Amino acid sequence: MNPHRRSPFVLVMTVLVFLFLYVPIFVLVLYSFNASRTNVTFEGFITAFGPLKTQGSLVVQSPCGPFHWFCDLTRNQEVMTAARNTLTIAFVSTIVSTIIGTMAAIALQRHDFKIKPFAQLSLYIPIVIPEIVMGIGILTLFSQVFTWVNTTFNLPPDARLTLGMGTVIVSHIAFSVPFVTLVVQARLQGFDKAYEEAAMDLGANELVTFWRVTLPMLLPGVLSGALLAFTLSLDDFVITFFTTGPGSTTLPIYVYGLLRRIITPQVNALSTVWILIVLIAVFVIQRMENRESI
Amino acid sequence: MGRRAPDGGVIFTFTLDNYIRLLGLQPDCLNPLACFDPLYVSILWRSLTLAFNTTLIVILMAYPLAYFIARAPQKRRNTYLFLVLVPLWTNFVIRVYAWMMLLRTQGAINGVLGWLAGLFGMPFTPLEMLYTPGAVLVGMVYEFLPFMILPIYTSLEKIDPSLYEAAADLGANALKTFWRVTLPLSMPGVVAGTILVFIPVMGTFVVSDLLGGKQVILVGNLIQRQFLDARDPTFGSAASLVLMVLTLIVTVFYTRKFGFGKEIVVG
Repeated sequence: MNPHRRSPFVLVMTVLVFLFLYVPIFVLVLYSFNASRTNVTFEGFITAFGPLKTQGSLVVQSPCGPFHWFCDLTRNQEVMTAARNTLTIAFVSTIVSTIIGTMAAIALQRHDFKIKPFAQLSLYIPIVIPEIVMGIGILTLFSQVFTWVNTTFNLPPDARLTLGMGTVIVSHIAFSVPFVTLVVQARLQGFDKAYEEAAMDLGANELVTFWRVTLPMLLPGVLSGALLAFTLSLDDFVITFFTTGPGSTTLPIYVYGLLRRIITPQVNALSTVWILIVLIAVFVIQRMENRESI
Repeated sequence: MGRRAPDGGVIFTFTLDNYIRLLGLQPDCLNPLACFDPLYVSILWRSLTLAFNTTLIVILMAYPLAYFIARAPQKRRNTYLFLVLVPLWTNFVIRVYAWMMLLRTQGAINGVLGWLAGLFGMPFTPLEMLYTPGAVLVGMVYEFLPFMILPIYTSLEKIDPSLYEAAADLGANALKTFWRVTLPLSMPGVVAGTILVFIPVMGTFVVSDLLGGKQVILVGNLIQRQFLDARDPTFGSAASLVLMVLTLIVTVFYTRKFGFGKEIVVG
């Protein structure tokens, strides 16, 4: 029997499911080139380059031509701020959660301690508990602690603890750590202790052994953990939604806020840029993984 | 547990009032039948059935695709996986927005339908699709489909091809081979995928908020409103505890029956 033989049913279903996945994305991208400012129906492309010219709700001419909405996007201060916030939060939370997660993975894999079974099980909490529960849990924790601190120390209004970048970063670290830990742990499972023992025999102390032997060998696991943490942070909506405050709006939060009010081709342009970045990122990561496995 | 203070703060006392309210009864009511209000029970029931339906549809859509990818030549597999990963990594909110564009009364689907009707000279009134339960179901299926494809693919890909040959040698036809060999061996993937789909669908409020409007209220929406609009965090907490217990019961029941798949961490 030829293992590559396919039944027509499987083939048809595959085509249909891929269409289901990509038609919405195609429409989304198409509308980011819409000449219509209200973005209700697709009114064709903006074909002429030159100073901005409009006709009713149509844009007929733009300095950027068909890419009018993309140029418009770069002038939107709110979007730029949100993008900066999103990246800051993702970088800081990735670095911290990668360090904590790697240490936790080593501790769980190498040492025995009293609460180990509980700690190991708790890594699955973000998977088996709906995100919204974690979101409101963190929100409640912050608001209770902050109220207590603010009233106990009678802080002046400008020094009071409030929700903002800090709380978002802390909550992102909280949900990323278990994922980093699980990924690094998976790498540690196939780890040969002989290398470390050899280093110790050659006179290296524990710290040097860790820096020169353990960590370099763990690096692929640590890096994929970090990558996972970074994408989880960039993508997160629910937990950010509950822990965000004024001045810490991220891109998903910004888009959500817009969608509840108005829909302009600008949102589509933003989505198109996002999808393009994802395309490139997935492509690069796949390439890297393939090279590693060869 | 705790009571809402008139100023919106929380008074910490032990009370089950919030749970009684969730069940549709009033704490001070003497005749349970007379004051039963099915509002919250129906929200819980709606969330559960939606999660079940979404999971079922997602399995039916994801399985053939995962099967196709797993049996494609090695070289093409990466391309297909790429095509699955891109929607998965595209932001959740953006993917909901794509469906808003499609389903609106003047949106893309009605545009195409109207154009087709015009082609055949038929009268056409645009369909009202956005802000219906159907829109929420489609949105949920779209959001969570990739989370099912990947675990099923992983478990299908691990199956040793010689098992298929053995089944064929022993006289099994394609359908029987699938039923007796492929499907049982891929169950860990289906279990992992189900957990990855069912739990988030139970808790999501974004899809129902944007595609369901005020028509489709799920537990997630209830919790979100209690915390951010209604300012009654104690009732919201009670609702989220019920949500957590419900998903845990379903997960434990399901994993007991089918085992806990290692494929659960989608990297």
